Amino acid sequence: MSDVLAVAEHRRGDLRDVSLELITAGRDLADAQGGDLHLAVIGGDAEGFAGELNREGVDAIHAVDDGNEFNHDVYVQAVEQLFDEIGAGTLLLPNSVNGLDYAPAVAERLDVPLVTDAIDLAHEDGLSVTREMYASKVATTVDVDAAEVVVTVRPAEWPKAEGEGSADVRSFDPEIDESTVRSTVKGFEEVGGGDVDISEADVLISVGRGIEEEENIELVEALADALDATLSSSRPIVDAGWLPKNRQVGQSGKVVTPEVYIAIGISGAVQHVAGMKGSETIVAINTDSNAPIMDIADYAIVDDLFDVVPELIEEFGGEPP
Amino acid sequence: MKILVTVKEVAEAEDEFEIDGLDIDDRYLEYDLNEWDDYAIEEAVQIGEDGDDVEVVSVTIGPERAEETVRMGLAKGVDRAIRVWDDTIAGTDDLDVAAKAEILASVVEAEDPDVVFSGVQANDDTFGATGVALAERVGFEWAAVVNHLDQGSLSEGTASVRRELEGGVEELTDVELPAVLTIQTGINEPRYASLRGIRQAQSKPLDVQGLEDLGLDADVVESPVERTAVFEPETESDVVTFDGDANEEAAQLAEMLRDKGVVEG
Ligand SMILES: Cc1cc2nc3c(=O)[nH]c(=O)nc-3n(C[C@H](O)[C@H](O)[C@H](O)COP(=O)(O)OP(=O)(O)OC[C@H]3O[C@@H](n4cnc5c(N)ncnc54)[C@H](O)[C@@H]3O)c2cc1C
Ligand SMILES: Nc1ncnc2c1ncn2[C@@H]1O[C@H](COP(=O)(O)O)[C@@H](O)[C@H]1O
Repeated sequence: MSDVLAVAEHRRGDLRDVSLELITAGRDLADAQGGDLHLAVIGGDAEGFAGELNREGVDAIHAVDDGNEFNHDVYVQAVEQLFDEIGAGTLLLPNSVNGLDYAPAVAERLDVPLVTDAIDLAHEDGLSVTREMYASKVATTVDVDAAEVVVTVRPAEWPKAEGEGSADVRSFDPEIDESTVRSTVKGFEEVGGGDVDISEADVLISVGRGIEEEENIELVEALADALDATLSSSRPIVDAGWLPKNRQVGQSGKVVTPEVYIAIGISGAVQHVAGMKGSETIVAINTDSNAPIMDIADYAIVDDLFDVVPELIEEFGGEPP
Repeated sequence: MKILVTVKEVAEAEDEFEIDGLDIDDRYLEYDLNEWDDYAIEEAVQIGEDGDDVEVVSVTIGPERAEETVRMGLAKGVDRAIRVWDDTIAGTDDLDVAAKAEILASVVEAEDPDVVFSGVQANDDTFGATGVALAERVGFEWAAVVNHLDQGSLSEGTASVRRELEGGVEELTDVELPAVLTIQTGINEPRYASLRGIRQAQSKPLDVQGLEDLGLDADVVESPVERTAVFEPETESDVVTFDGDANEEAAQLAEMLRDKGVVEG
């Protein structure tokens, strides 16, 4: 028997979806382990968030009133103390950007093993976690032989918890050693604005690292023109400065849901897919039939983009550059 | 000022591969400098070029083969490199995050850097955790997923950074030094090694150290986390693949798009 503690995530006044997904993952695990599911929410309108988090399956919610926004030095101390106080066995944290910023430190403090980016959890003799390796080309199972463990959970893998809960909401008052708070969040800034809003487009021609060189961008530009579509891209194209930031699809770019999304030379990394999996029809043009993008594509051409794209431009009466 | 950069040589699977036991068969793996670490090296080297008296040291935990990528860092401007390896490490299947943090911590303690740059993630086993775990272990402050650093702030004992959050939002944060920053791609434009750099790299120091040299016991590599299966993920996909030569493939795709009525022409 062992309890699960999951920590919610919020930003600038809003609870993030992954918090509700953690409840689903945490409830299943707590059932398998015969324990309770505790949630923690730290900072911001903790009491208000606790109300939103009170979904079916949650046994207790601990609200920590400290600060407005995420500060990892505060989170690390609060979570460490709460985990000890509850005597929980599993700590479930989101594998979000902020999760990356505190989960490893909490595991270190608690001196317990860490398994990141779980896509499935099972408990029989012990905890067994499924995660991916080699840019999602393979999945692995890892077994954890320890009474306590920190696991981070991939966003958007578990459904959001629903139904009204009847959890007991308590406030928890950790002792924060202010001298160890050596980082200060000064503010936030929205980036990637500008003239084009790719999330408005009906058809997106999206280009990835398979395009190889900056001068080849005009090839996909010509295709976008011929189709009267909008050009977007994966991250490496923006990192290299070949297209502006407002064209980036994915976790740190834009979420798009066009009628048709044509991924050209894009492998389909999880952070890319996070931004386009809601597209109505997904087409992949890729030389690698094993690329993860094939798992979510509706249509595929397994071939060299430098052969296919010029043909496609001609199909629509355009002229390849 | 001293900057320590953690670098990893990562394995990448070829398009077609086979699984052998608990890993992809080595014949189908290619090795390269981790993309994120390339940006970390560039950031450090730029600071070294702009400042007086800056030393850039890289550290990697890896086998002899990894020296190729370690030398690539030296060719790009890293001053000196450390490679940690011995039979005990070689005999371990997977170094977990705690083991890596412990080994790197002993290097940090010996080198006493002002700032450590690591990558957000290693693109083979993608723990996304080593830098922050290391920071906590050595009592440094940290920031994860940094896509901008105000280099001038370092001389004032602070790292003023931007952390790239989800959805096009950046967080502006000040962290006190000493600190570990996990570097995100796009923070700079990594250089290619010049021929001169490659020549110079041959004579730069590359120290190999074992666990004993670092004052560590063999049991640091032991882990309660064990890989027990490796498999190709099942796909629920019912993808329709257009076959033929490029012309035929393009024609089928065009027909599909016209049928959907999303494009004209
Ligand atoms: C915190 C974080 C946030 C991130 N946010 C984002 C994000 O918002 N958006 C994003 O996209 N990524 C993001 N990433 C990066 C992501 O992990 C991947 O590195 C990236 O998506 C890879 O882009 P790619 O598919 O273009 O390149 P690769 O993965 O290198 O894939 C290139 C593909 O092109 C194919 N190819 C090569 N040559 C040809 C050819 N001639 N014809 C046809 N196909 C070819 C290859 O088979 C391969 O599948 C993020 C990563 C992290 C850690
Ligand atoms: N074997 C290693 N040797 C040196 N640095 C490493 C090693 N493994 C990981 N790192 C560093 O930690 C970062 C994150 O890796 P990971 O936590 O394994 O995803 C990498 O970008 C490297 O900078």
